[in-house]
Amino acid sequence: MPNYSYPPMEQRRVMGKRITRLDGMEKAAGKAKYNSDVRPKGTIHAVGVFSPHAHARVKSVDTSAAQQAPGFAAVSVVAAPGAEVNWAGQEIAFVAAQTEEQARDCARLIKVEYEALPHLVREENLAKAGSRGKPAGEQVTGDPEAAFSAAGAVTHEAEYGIPVITHCCLEPHGQIVAWDGAANKIEYWPSTQAISAVGGDLAKQLELPATQVHSHQDHIGGGFGSKFQSDLWGAHAAKLSKMAGGKPVKLYLERREELTIAGVRPSVFGKVKLSASASGEMTGWDSTTWMTGGFAGGGLNADLLPYVFRNVANRRINHTAVSTNNGASRAWRAPNHPQVCYITCAAMEDLAAKLKMDPMEFFLKNLDKTPRADTYKAQILKAAEMIAWKQNWKPRGSSTGTVKRGLGLALGTWGGAGHASRCRTTINPDGSVLIEIGSQDLGTGTRTIITQVVAETLGLPMGGITLKLGDNNYPASGASGGSTTVGGVSASSRKASVDALDKLFAAVAPALGVPADQLEAVDSKIQVKGNAAKSMTWKAACAKLGVSAIIAENANDPRNPGGLTTGGVGGCQMADVSVDTETGIVKINKVVAVQDVGLVINPKTSDSQVYGGVIMGICAALMEERVMDEMTGRFLNADMEFYKLAGAGDIGEIEVHMDITPDHDKRGVIGIGEPATVPTIACIANAVANAIGVRVPVLPLTPKNVLNALHNTTRRLA
Amino acid sequence: MGPGETEITLTINGKATKVKVETRTTLLDACRERLEITGAKRVCDRGTCGACTMIVNGKTVYGCTTLAVDNVGKKIETIENLTAGAKPHPIVPAFSNNDALQCGYCTPGMVMASKGLLDRTPNPTYDQVKAGLGGNLCRCGTYVGIRKAVLEAAKELRASGGRKSGGSNA
Ligand code: FES
Ligand code: FES
Repeated sequence: MPNYSYPPMEQRRVMGKRITRLDGMEKAAGKAKYNSDVRPKGTIHAVGVFSPHAHARVKSVDTSAAQQAPGFAAVSVVAAPGAEVNWAGQEIAFVAAQTEEQARDCARLIKVEYEALPHLVREENLAKAGSRGKPAGEQVTGDPEAAFSAAGAVTHEAEYGIPVITHCCLEPHGQIVAWDGAANKIEYWPSTQAISAVGGDLAKQLELPATQVHSHQDHIGGGFGSKFQSDLWGAHAAKLSKMAGGKPVKLYLERREELTIAGVRPSVFGKVKLSASASGEMTGWDSTTWMTGGFAGGGLNADLLPYVFRNVANRRINHTAVSTNNGASRAWRAPNHPQVCYITCAAMEDLAAKLKMDPMEFFLKNLDKTPRADTYKAQILKAAEMIAWKQNWKPRGSSTGTVKRGLGLALGTWGGAGHASRCRTTINPDGSVLIEIGSQDLGTGTRTIITQVVAETLGLPMGGITLKLGDNNYPASGASGGSTTVGGVSASSRKASVDALDKLFAAVAPALGVPADQLEAVDSKIQVKGNAAKSMTWKAACAKLGVSAIIAENANDPRNPGGLTTGGVGGCQMADVSVDTETGIVKINKVVAVQDVGLVINPKTSDSQVYGGVIMGICAALMEERVMDEMTGRFLNADMEFYKLAGAGDIGEIEVHMDITPDHDKRGVIGIGEPATVPTIACIANAVANAIGVRVPVLPLTPKNVLNALHNTTRRLA
Repeated sequence: MGPGETEITLTINGKATKVKVETRTTLLDACRERLEITGAKRVCDRGTCGACTMIVNGKTVYGCTTLAVDNVGKKIETIENLTAGAKPHPIVPAFSNNDALQCGYCTPGMVMASKGLLDRTPNPTYDQVKAGLGGNLCRCGTYVGIRKAVLEAAKELRASGGRKSGGSNA
């Protein structure tokens, strides 16, 4: 069994270095080609017709006028007469024409008659949900009532809520697809987080063997958990292409549909009661939560409550999923976690205020209820030092003046172990090295870290490695979700490259006069271990291969990763905010993030992941909210003007500290994309409560919600 | 329904370029769908996100919010121009060096907005950088690197005395 372990931390030359991402220049120069930029010869355009009703029955669909319009190519009806539509934005038909402008004209000419039916689009008032709420069974451990009524117990009871938000990927969902009917072959240019699987998903929708679809993607403009499937629009674009004689069809969602139907994050609302002894020992938790994940319901794991502090002795959990007439939720960067983190850490901060305790002390005191007390303790202390907690924290509401300053904290966790991944390493007789892997770089730095691992393994500069990914012809690698990519692709590329190198050692060992296991690859040479004098250049070594290349394929086995990757991390974030109590405007002064994440292959790109996670958290804390109109059943702010995201001036200063230590390093590679975004919302919300002296119960922390909290005019949930 | 396409000539990155458009075709769609100039991206298509930022007659504009036919006779500069010369405009390597991008879809717009800012304000303060990029949105959260990149490029431009870089002085 070859030794796949990474060299010790201090001996690594390429891994662990702050290397600039390989596609940085290409992207900065606007030369990176996304599939939405690709334009195969003969491309025609398609657009959709979507239901304006949140709930309706389709009475008729008349495409005859569209078929007479200039440029018309093909039409595909999704919702035939009699079909029930269950959310505004649901797909009714797609139509293709020579130009996009003509396709829009055609879509406008498609006449659809509906019979409107009653709808439910808002979930914050559970009483109104009626039979559309599906309660999960109650879970009880210990005796929460006894904990709440114990002598000396201090209890806190309140409502919290965090609305549905959208992924808002900048590159919309969609694809270019060409279906050659004669050969029954499909060329597919999707925008996907799953290049190895998405072609098979499309084939399944079209009832074709998976082998008939070739998928390719160099770059993706954002996914965040919403781009795993081929989707209805993928299947209908393919059908339009076939009808149009195999011409490539370009079909991307417009921004309104992108926000409405291409995935959202479930909300969560809830009533929480918790208790602690006078000295701050948390004794009981009782939460009744509800949420919507769209029409299909589902989507929040309330079993995570109380988040991180899960081992509280007395605990009662009730949770109801409400089916609403809204588009489906999809995985959203760290599914469940930011929401339950907010519910938990906000309630704990509120209880600490009632106990007249510094919340940091309260969190520290209760770390025994978490799975990693020592890690969290070190992280809290580090974050406190970075934000100068001791100097800057004041008891809740004691900040004076119009603009009040406050500090808040929260803890997070995530898994992040590597997914299944295969990789092929080819060493050619001319010394060139090719890595093929059916993965994708979401902008997380996947290209760069694979190349670092291979360069480290083969003792070559990164420039000596050619990496090919983004194609389902390459060995299959998992979808990029759950922060599992870095662990999976680093392990598979390490193993395939060690195997290839072992074969090269075997080929050159006779010439160097030692057994193959006495050789090492360093500085573009193959040499006898520790003896640079007995060596041969990489090129000369490869030339010994004659005419046949070395090809090695290997895989990460998630059940037996051999120490190369594990999961399970913790993180602590703290926020420093100023709140203008006259305008209700919250300003972020600073957010600090301390995170452990195992072996870090590239601190530069992993820092960027944390910055990104924190900034997404800032957006959600301060601005993001899907606003549904009860009357029309529509998503009122499905654009980028009224669905707000933070800009360069809205994020304050952000400081990241990655726990890169030999102990964490030994755990192997762990994903960072998701954990980094978990605690941000909660720590900002806590900082605001600390500043203004009252809780803004339902996010986002917009001026309206802040002023309502200050003037005690917040509407009760139910 | 539109009146159909007519051929116009646009001056893009110093080159007279013929293109057939409808009157309703935006400058962005003319570039992306008809000329294969795809650096600028279509994201909101409504003048809020800045992904389509171009520089027209020296002013940063949203390519999605101006019609192609309204730009005849104007000097249109797209991101492709910043690497058309012997040396890229310093803002391009500055974005890469500072890891000011992740998925990169907002990046061409960010880079052009930054270039426009540096054209107007060669020596921006940190606050001017934050305000100057206020018309551009990034979903991946790359602002920390972007703010550093703009300041670094400004320094580089000063050091080189505003030396010409990038392509044609469109
Ligand atoms: S696409 Fe033009 S501003 Fe958003
Ligand atoms: S880098 Fe992805 S949107 Fe900005």
